[in-house]
Amino acid sequence: MRAPLAASTATLPQAPGFPRLLSALPSPDSVVDLEAHLTHWGDLPLHSARSGLLDELDASGLRGHGGAWFPVGTKWRDLARGGRRTVVVANGSEGEPASRKDELLLTHTPHLVLDGLSLAAATLNASRVVLYVPARQVNGLHRVVHDRRRGGIDRVEIEVIEAPDAYLSGQESAVVHALNDGPAVPTFIGLRSIRDHGVRGRPTLVQNVETLAHVAMISRYGGLWFRSLGTQDSPGTMLLTVTGRWSEPLVVEAPLGAAFRDLLTLTPQDADRYWGALLGGYGGGWVSIPDLLDCRLSEESARQLNSSLGAGVVVLLPRTHCPLAESARVVRYMQRQGAGQCGPCIHGLADLAAHLEGLAFNPASFRRHVPPILELCNLIDGRGACRHPDGVARFVRSALVVFRDEVEKHLRHGPCAAIKTSALLPCPTHDGRDR
Amino acid sequence: METRRVSGQDAHVVKAPVARWRVNLVVDPILCDGRGVCAELFPERVVMDHWGYPIVDQEEIPTGLAEHARRAVAACPRLALHLVEGRR
Repeated sequence: MRAPLAASTATLPQAPGFPRLLSALPSPDSVVDLEAHLTHWGDLPLHSARSGLLDELDASGLRGHGGAWFPVGTKWRDLARGGRRTVVVANGSEGEPASRKDELLLTHTPHLVLDGLSLAAATLNASRVVLYVPARQVNGLHRVVHDRRRGGIDRVEIEVIEAPDAYLSGQESAVVHALNDGPAVPTFIGLRSIRDHGVRGRPTLVQNVETLAHVAMISRYGGLWFRSLGTQDSPGTMLLTVTGRWSEPLVVEAPLGAAFRDLLTLTPQDADRYWGALLGGYGGGWVSIPDLLDCRLSEESARQLNSSLGAGVVVLLPRTHCPLAESARVVRYMQRQGAGQCGPCIHGLADLAAHLEGLAFNPASFRRHVPPILELCNLIDGRGACRHPDGVARFVRSALVVFRDEVEKHLRHGPCAAIKTSALLPCPTHDGRDR
Repeated sequence: METRRVSGQDAHVVKAPVARWRVNLVVDPILCDGRGVCAELFPERVVMDHWGYPIVDQEEIPTGLAEHARRAVAACPRLALHLVEGRR
């Protein structure tokens, strides 16, 4: 029998207006424990998960917040259709160095994520349920899972599994590879799909932890409520990690469709303070400040600027930093973080990194012969088993466009003084020291 | 590219067979280590980049070239080349 979601909302605390995901946090450094979580959000309506949740997800228009922006209802329906037991994975690996949103959710309001994971397990008839997170979060989340078990919240056993600290360890096929006892590097999927053939050959859902937190709210308040913020095509809210705007990186929640101008409280004068902004992360793209001011918060708007919202990374680059040096360091980082499996990516990223380092730090080395960087980007696009090379190509292309005047200056007059400024964009060595 | 499904009752309206080799050549970039056999056997659709890795043209493979494609797939020493139906 179908339990109408409207009936269950009557017994729930009032739905939050705005913010949503962060509404239970009284202060930025507080942690919402199970008791506070249930007081704020009410009980988890697992009873309605099997019957009504898929409809509500469709109605909500929720899309994946890990970077792919794929419709969640469609993805879940695909998995539910076959009637097979599934594997459900909450992906909190957050390999993107400039992103902190998943860590914030998992450390400050983890029960919202676990509610979503539990709902996915119930809806998709999961035989295995995994929370895939960086090592530093494993112990804390073991306790969270234990608390919920003692409180009788989850009907399934949830495994907390360590995600290796590397850029690619959260890539969908890499997650599956890791859970199949392989290394956490991408595999060649070809025409198969993780949704059909994932962990141990079973249909597998790999869903970003923020997305699951949205699911937890939709299960309580419904798809229509979800649409009360955001736009028709991009409903709801999202978390952004903003670097370079304030004295330290901050995670903010914003309604989709909001103007970056308002979101970052940027004035036209700010156009002079920054070189540009990086949207989406290291596989995203640079945009100019005038373009950013006019851009609205949605994947489509970001795509129109040849960028992406990715996992919600926004970095404003102050003019005290050299944009070419920052870009070169990122490309070198991405080259080192490659899985080293596909020839065009191995060679292409090494060449790109060397060329960008040349542009930034030693343009005289080109001796008037500037290497064909754009051709190289086109050459590696789509040539890997995963989208790693495509992301680097997008990043480099955008740097050459947005910072074209700086490229010209470096080539004519040598590197600028700002190349000595310490890096703004984090390029961790992934030995645990940089983060 | 217009394609027509020839099946059952509408088969009689198709006057000339529009048989197309509706498959694409796909390389598994993890398995591939750039031996170059595919480019040698099937230069109509495969060229090498300057690192020695194949760039596969995604154009549909016409019937006349199907045999070349199959031969290239069979000859890949890494079994990295596949003919796959229905891509794009």
